[in-house]
Amino acid sequence: MTKSELIEKVVQTHGMLNMKVSEALVNTVFDSIEDALKTGDKVEIRGFGSFTIRERSGREARNPKSGEVVRIPAKKTPFFKTGKELKERVNC
Amino acid sequence: MTKADIVEKIHQKIGFSKKESAEMVETVFSILKSTLEDGEKIKIAGFGNFVVKRKADRRGRNPQTGETITIDARRILTFKPSQVLKNAINTVAKEAK
Repeated sequence: MTKSELIEKVVQTHGMLNMKVSEALVNTVFDSIEDALKTGDKVEIRGFGSFTIRERSGREARNPKSGEVVRIPAKKTPFFKTGKELKERVNC
Repeated sequence: MTKADIVEKIHQKIGFSKKESAEMVETVFSILKSTLEDGEKIKIAGFGNFVVKRKADRRGRNPQTGETITIDARRILTFKPSQVLKNAINTVAKEAK
């Protein structure tokens, strides 16, 4: 399912929405999650899961072609932990 | 941030009442959940993909008793963030410094 299919499905499920409003709704949901993560905040959606930021420390790696040592800087990466309800539903 | 904050954003941005906004956010997550429950993956451009993966059964060991047990095959959900989302998060981090 892609984002546009999700937008359509929302319209089908919720009679009072048109495509334009549904698009704004779906975009706002994902944008707010992104905005919270950008400020380092964690996002917790009961029954679905939670999004947190994980820190990856910098390390030295090697370019496999030239054998040259390169420094990979520390970075942040988003992490999703599946909620209990969804975890159980997916595993059935 | 919780679902209530997302509802508040919808209320402010789209102008639905709080009750309607709450219902709509609920609709979005319930569609996401039932799609994943069916084993179908979800691709949100610019955000990431939610993918249901199958894990085969494997031999494990109870670390307390040392007893060998079989861990049954199961399905798990993984989230792969898009490059766009990863970049967005790291750009902000750099600007803050």
